[in-house]
Amino acid sequence: MQAAARLCVALTAAAVTAGAGYVVVSATEGPPPEALGPEPVTVRIDAEYSRFVPDSLRVEVGTEVRFVLMNGDPINHELIIGPESVHRRHATGTHKEHRPIPGELSVGPDEQGVTSYVFDEPGTVEMACHLPLHYEDGMRGEVEVVELD
Amino acid sequence: MQRKTLAALAAIPCALAPQVADACGGLVGENGTIQLVRTTTLAAYSNGVERYVTAFQFTGEGESVGSIVPLPDVPTKVERGGDWTLQRLTQEVAPPEASASGEADQTTAASDVEIILETEIDALDITVLKGGGDEVGKWAIDNGFLLSPDAPEVLDFYAERSPVFMAAKFDAERARELGQGAGDSTPIMATIPTDDPWVPVRILGLGLQDDQRVEADVFLLTDQRPELLAGGPGLNVERSESASKGLLTDLRSDEGMEWVGDDMWLSYLQLDAAAEDLDYDLAVSADPSVEPSIKDTGVPEESAVPVNDKSGTPWWPPVTGVLAGAGIFAALTVSSRRRHVGGVA
Repeated sequence: MQAAARLCVALTAAAVTAGAGYVVVSATEGPPPEALGPEPVTVRIDAEYSRFVPDSLRVEVGTEVRFVLMNGDPINHELIIGPESVHRRHATGTHKEHRPIPGELSVGPDEQGVTSYVFDEPGTVEMACHLPLHYEDGMRGEVEVVELD
Repeated sequence: MQRKTLAALAAIPCALAPQVADACGGLVGENGTIQLVRTTTLAAYSNGVERYVTAFQFTGEGESVGSIVPLPDVPTKVERGGDWTLQRLTQEVAPPEASASGEADQTTAASDVEIILETEIDALDITVLKGGGDEVGKWAIDNGFLLSPDAPEVLDFYAERSPVFMAAKFDAERARELGQGAGDSTPIMATIPTDDPWVPVRILGLGLQDDQRVEADVFLLTDQRPELLAGGPGLNVERSESASKGLLTDLRSDEGMEWVGDDMWLSYLQLDAAAEDLDYDLAVSADPSVEPSIKDTGVPEESAVPVNDKSGTPWWPPVTGVLAGAGIFAALTVSSRRRHVGGVA
């Protein structure tokens, strides 16, 4: 009986310790990154193994961001930025390449492309590659647009 | 998900013994309409030479379809691989069913890869090339292959161990001229001198979504019972036994298969894993005194797992026995201490 009680206490202590550890980890994750802007900024994004690196940004509302996409993969990629309607159109589109209009660009293997986008409303704006299966495979990210005092 | 039959992986350099596996490479047609239905491969190793036999079956309507398969080393020859060898192997473990050769040159686009060998077998254009993952990927793009988004990472994964790849491109127009139709398969055999055998498994998940299941049958033929090491879960040995004389005789009698030995060990493995979990390969050692190489699994040592042998002695009885014994011992110890404390002799 005593042994069972000791075991129970030990297990409970282990569970509490583990839980406390998770709390510590959560607390040490840190505050969100500083928002870019409001002056125009240039951000480099690498396409590596069909992923955007980085895949998330934080900008102040009204900021113009110049995106430089560096493609290190041996396959084509694209960078599409905009609201849901834009992504819906590209997800069902058939164009293999996009001219470098604001918020859209295509890059071949080992190529670099540039496009700009003005984030004029607070919220979250998605960026993605809509080439076949690229989005489904995880080639997407988001830009958090914040309004600072 | 259609089950795939693995017979000696293309990427297996086996200096041990004949092995059978089925290799499936990443493939896509120019317009994405052609889907490579199934690939079956047999790899056998004897006298320092691995012979890799694989069959490509297709169905579709696109211009052409291709497959890229990693190889463990540079082949000296690629030719038609018998007429029914792969079917006969499948028949050993399951209800079966069941086809060529040729040669030709094909102009390839300029790239940084080294073109080692080019040949044509029926409607298949075979190219063996050597290069890094990026170079092979660019060559594939230049030559009409449409690579899936995970291809860059997978090509790098294999190129780090062996920069040799075999690209097979199925020409639908030539297939029609040859009278081949959807469902027909073309077996090819690559002769590969190698010392380091491994079976590419990760390649089977190329292009699949994370939650898609990958199911495959792997056949190995070795001189002795092999030691196996996988880089993750999903592979189980269903049968492990001396290959029957009938099987070996049948295989040997097929065209180009005279090298099949008289006494070999047959291993039949089944793969069933989610694509996202299939990030490893199968390491093989045909020498019982030599452990399979961790490096050949493509994963860190802590991730490698022995391949469970369902056909051998089950492990759970002795383990259960040990646990039961430990439990009884502990109970008796506690009981004894209580009697001692209570003054009982």
